[in-house]
Amino acid sequence: MVDNINFESSQRRVNPLKFMLWLLIVSIVMMFAAFTSAYIVRREEGNWLEFDLPSVLIINTVVLLLSSIFLHWAYVSAKRDNVGSVKVGLCLTIAAGVAFLIGQWIGWGELVDNQVFFGGHTANPSGSFLYVLTGVHAFHLITGLIFLIIVVISAFKYKVHSRNLVRIELCAIYWHFLGALWIYLYLFLTLNH
Amino acid sequence: MSSTDISLHNDVHSGHDEHHDDHHDQSFIEKYIFSQDHKVIAKQFLFAGIFWAIIGGTLSSLFRMQLGFPEATFTFLEPLLGKWVEGGKLDPNFYLALVTMHGTIMVFFVLTAGLSGTFSNFLIPLQLGARDMASGFMNMLSFWFFFIASIIMFYSLFLETGPAAGGWTVYPPLSALPQAIPGSGAGMTLWLVSMAIFIVSQLLGGVNYITTVINLRTRGMSMAKMPLTIWAFFLTAVLGLLAFPVLFSAALLLIFDRSFGTSFFLSDIYVAGEALTHTGGSPILFQHLFWFLGHPEVYIVILPTFGIVSEVISTCARKPIFGYRAMIGSMLGIALLSFVVWAHHMFVSGMNPFLGSVFMFLTLIIAVPSAVKVFNWIATIWRGNINFTPAMLYSIAFVSLFISGGVTGIILGNSALDIQLHDTYFVVAHFHLVMGSAAFFGMFAGVYHWFPKMFGRMMDEKLGYVHFWITFICAYLIFMPMHYMGIAGFPRRYYTWTGFDTFSTFLDMNSFITIAAIVVFVGQFIFLFNFFYSIFRGRRATENPWKSNTLEWTTPVNPGHGNWPGPLPVVYRWPYDYSKPGAQEDFIPQNVPFSQTASSNLPHERDFE
Ligand code: HEM
Ligand SMILES: [Cu+2]
Repeated sequence: MVDNINFESSQRRVNPLKFMLWLLIVSIVMMFAAFTSAYIVRREEGNWLEFDLPSVLIINTVVLLLSSIFLHWAYVSAKRDNVGSVKVGLCLTIAAGVAFLIGQWIGWGELVDNQVFFGGHTANPSGSFLYVLTGVHAFHLITGLIFLIIVVISAFKYKVHSRNLVRIELCAIYWHFLGALWIYLYLFLTLNH
Repeated sequence: MSSTDISLHNDVHSGHDEHHDDHHDQSFIEKYIFSQDHKVIAKQFLFAGIFWAIIGGTLSSLFRMQLGFPEATFTFLEPLLGKWVEGGKLDPNFYLALVTMHGTIMVFFVLTAGLSGTFSNFLIPLQLGARDMASGFMNMLSFWFFFIASIIMFYSLFLETGPAAGGWTVYPPLSALPQAIPGSGAGMTLWLVSMAIFIVSQLLGGVNYITTVINLRTRGMSMAKMPLTIWAFFLTAVLGLLAFPVLFSAALLLIFDRSFGTSFFLSDIYVAGEALTHTGGSPILFQHLFWFLGHPEVYIVILPTFGIVSEVISTCARKPIFGYRAMIGSMLGIALLSFVVWAHHMFVSGMNPFLGSVFMFLTLIIAVPSAVKVFNWIATIWRGNINFTPAMLYSIAFVSLFISGGVTGIILGNSALDIQLHDTYFVVAHFHLVMGSAAFFGMFAGVYHWFPKMFGRMMDEKLGYVHFWITFICAYLIFMPMHYMGIAGFPRRYYTWTGFDTFSTFLDMNSFITIAAIVVFVGQFIFLFNFFYSIFRGRRATENPWKSNTLEWTTPVNPGHGNWPGPLPVVYRWPYDYSKPGAQEDFIPQNVPFSQTASSNLPHERDFE
């Protein structure tokens, strides 16, 4: 009993990769906690440009929420071995993710049209912060998209099914997190504008 | 469900578990360069740390020469340093660069990456009874990111305009404006790039350490049976995971200010009579972000040595550690508190004095868990059957240095006193005793203690003693007088001080400190010789030379890939059963079941027999 090899340490219940992903998420949360608290601290000091948030952001938020729903659908389908809808769901997720990014780009365009710049002598930190928050979030979203593409490729190789859920599960956790992060940022920005 | 689990496990983890049994031949590159074995990665971090420590020490000897002998000319340095010592006189900008790079290198590259990288990597799997880290690949990436960061930082030393020179805390506006000093040009850019990569490396490593501790403990190794080293490394990694992303944010904003024309930290600045266009930024904001990392960072440096020292003291005093749970509790307390005291570095930044008193209160509370630890170490040594190995001497000296430096911390933590002492040599003395010296001593203790497991040979004890006494005596000779100068108001970071009458009286003292600093620097070559000589020629070690209880000593002399040739050890008891009454020997390793130690079992342990 005691020497049973079955007690090899790596056979634990928590999947180590999933655990690691959560830790990485913690560090991303800390990064944005730093940005948003810097935002508040800086705003309290005055000399703060007030402007309207780009109107496209609300559409982007809905698109990103939709992408999460697609991904969840793909995940549930994978659990039920419904390989066809896994592929469709994942592709829709990617499409929505790309649409979100394009929407954010349009949002930046709107800002520029309203004379809210990232840098330069007319820039105010209030505008720069908006670019940083959306930009760093978009950067993480791109890493999420890369992850999604990896999962799609393995889905097309029939490697995503009920007995092999790890990849899509990890991807889903990350993607939903990025969605939640965006909602937090969006609420934070609306409340501060 | 269980079948699902197993197939998952095989899919994700294949390549890891099969490795240890069939020892297929690895190429040299796989084995020593791009290795995924935690023991090799630990040694890579150790060698890199030693390299950086030599660089960092050399830089400090250079600026100490300037401080100790302000009137001298160092023509002999000209061939080496060229225009930085034109006519034998250190260039002021070079002096600032030296101080900055010394701080950066020592704090981040030696005492963070070198220390955690070596000992967390080496000991976490070995002491937990795991084959390797949770992800060997990420672990390898962690080292190579560190390596890239190192190369960039090292390269910045050779730039035409010199490396970063705004102090290791890189406060803007100085660090943000290339017009301000030469060091804020390309040197600062490389500093930021290097640190960003460094942070990625730390996060990869930290995620791995935490996951391994939570998930890969061997059977019987509950959290409450873990050696204190593991607790320390674990909490260090947690601190890093929470604090380093914030530094990353700060660095990113600084990069934007420098290169993209934003004004997060800059406002209303005139350089050489010309107004800059930046408006609306706040330099204090940077200080908040920096010290939110910066204070936890000092505990990231010291916590691993807490663990190392606890382990060494208990082993070499042949006594159970006093207050095991109190040790864990105080580390948890310190880790928690370290996030809410950062503004004690900013008492004189114009912060609201009321806020200052809140931070003062929180800061002074940290003294309580620190004192608990010191008390427990002393109580462990008290009436122990002490085995004065070099590691033990370093550990005892660690406690001494930690007390001396901690006491001055309490003084600085009082905002009223800090108004006088801030930015004087008193602060320099404080953190060099409590962080610089103590952490180095803890690291030396770790190297001397675990060298046999790392290299299968023993280091020379006599050389170890010589190295110890030189280092210990000089540490106090260097930093004690600095308190005195600091109280007299002697400012830190000044290139030259002979212009001030008040400070001219300190000429002798400064020369004295410099001589001690150079002696201790030279003394480190004894260690280097001992280290490298012993790797190849040292006395062969046995499996468990210190008669220690923890699991790493149950591995073969040179543990191979997978650490244990047979099945993993199973843990039955805590790691500190030293000199247990009634036991046959004065130590009972963690993997000895209670059924084999009937004569020494305590009443409540009889149930486990
Ligand atoms: C009893 C515990 C401690 C207290 C109350 C304390 C308090 C302080 C205070 C108030 C300062 C700011 C002084 C100033 O700049 O005017 C300071 C600086 C510093 N402390 Fe401590 N400290 C403690 C322990 C430690 C430990 C354990 C470490 C590291 C292992 C450490 C490392 C540092 C460093 C590196 C600085 C200077 C940073 C700089 O300005 O370059 N301290 N400490
Ligand atoms: Cu501090």
